[in-house]
Amino acid sequence: MLTNILIRLGNFGVFLYEIIRSLLIPPYPIDLILKQILFVGARSVLVIVIAGLFVGMVVALQFYDTLVRFGSISLLGSAVGLSLTRELGPVLTALMVIGRTGSAMCAEIGIMRIDNQIDALECMAIDPHRYLISPRILAGIICVPILTAIFIIVGIFGGYFVGVILFDISAGSYFQNMNDTILNRDLFMGFIKSIFFGLLIVWISCEKGFNLHLDKRGIYGSEGVSRITTEAVVTSSISILFSDYLLSALIL
Amino acid sequence: MLKRKIENVLEVSKLNTWYGDKKILSDINLSVSRNEIMVIMGHSGSGKSTLLRYILGLEKTKEGLIKLLGSELAKLNKNELYELRKRIGVAFQSGALFSSMTVGENIQLPLHENTNLDENTIQIMSRIKLELMQLSGTESLMPAELSGGMLKRAGLARAVIMDPELLFFDEPSAGLDPITSAHLDNLILQLRDTLNMSIIVVTHELESAFKIADRIIILDKGKIILTGNKDEIKMSNDPRIINMIERRAISNQFNASDYLNRLTRK
Repeated sequence: MLTNILIRLGNFGVFLYEIIRSLLIPPYPIDLILKQILFVGARSVLVIVIAGLFVGMVVALQFYDTLVRFGSISLLGSAVGLSLTRELGPVLTALMVIGRTGSAMCAEIGIMRIDNQIDALECMAIDPHRYLISPRILAGIICVPILTAIFIIVGIFGGYFVGVILFDISAGSYFQNMNDTILNRDLFMGFIKSIFFGLLIVWISCEKGFNLHLDKRGIYGSEGVSRITTEAVVTSSISILFSDYLLSALIL
Repeated sequence: MLKRKIENVLEVSKLNTWYGDKKILSDINLSVSRNEIMVIMGHSGSGKSTLLRYILGLEKTKEGLIKLLGSELAKLNKNELYELRKRIGVAFQSGALFSSMTVGENIQLPLHENTNLDENTIQIMSRIKLELMQLSGTESLMPAELSGGMLKRAGLARAVIMDPELLFFDEPSAGLDPITSAHLDNLILQLRDTLNMSIIVVTHELESAFKIADRIIILDKGKIILTGNKDEIKMSNDPRIINMIERRAISNQFNASDYLNRLTRK
């Protein structure tokens, strides 16, 4: 059991080493990176906007209900802004990206593994880490922070809709308090988290698919792909929540 | 006496492999000389595909020596292995084409990634190979639009696009009708004769093996039980080979009480 866990962790480490190694050696496959940015980033925008809007609205609603008991509804903007920037924005964006992109990457790479497409790349003298994984990692690191920023901005306007339009808080107070409370350190925290989450999602999802053949549980084929996709989603989600706590503790 | 030096493109000696504690290949020794078509035969589970994976360097050798085009695989680093692989071609059983790319893009991929040729030359080279495989006009089709036989031929076109010195073909006849299968056999012979390739074919189709092979290796339970040309295979007295040639099922000594025990054991 312990040996298996150590082997799994070792595989994750070797996989990351191979990716970093391939990223250090030019030329970079620009067209593949752009293709992945389109998939991870551009095609996720609508989902992120919808999620951000409703999360911002519900956060504002909950904070309004709490703050009104203390007579501090003027702090609504700060509360919504801070919670979205430091925690909810990066974490929920990462969870949305896992559901939409991480699972698809894991299944795609897993199917490529069982159909010998990854072996075919190896046999064509094309490094699969450089050709398949590195563009996805770069796309994750580039897109997740941008998607997080979109999530936060849309979330703030969701909060604005609930606070200012529905509950009649002054728009000036909503934004002024937010502006006064959110420090550069908060933005930095959100940014660092989102970069790390981008790396983590693609790393875990792709590794699961890429090393499907190393699975000793004897389930290969379509059932294997289905199982590792579920595992990738669960492992990525838990890793995001765990590393969120660690990063918060380190930065604060 | 003048001794003629035969240059081997592949040499395997004393190769032993395991999967966990289970031994898969035992004491494998073989060699393939330039311009030769070698067929590796055996029934399902005999270790053919495992042997192929070790020869291609997809698995690391723990015991034994594999020398591919003069280079010992175990001594090569990753870059050296990739340089060596530019000189070989591999056609997989399923074709292993990338489903998100057109047939043309699939076939041109090794040229785009491994050479600095201009786009026009790459286009011309891919058309030549598609023509050779009788797949003209399929460049813009997606792999999902091709039949099984066409997929195999497209995979073969990709494998030979860099004009390799040594070509590996995994199960060319599997799942194909006799006419398409015969066509692929002719293609393999044509590739050897026109492009001077050495070819290693892994198959369990006896008819196809007898048609194309200069030499045949027969694997059984991870061991080589015979190496020879088709006449030597046909004349073999080994009951396992006779069973294979005559397509006879392997008969087990039937013991009623053992059988009952196996069925009813908890």
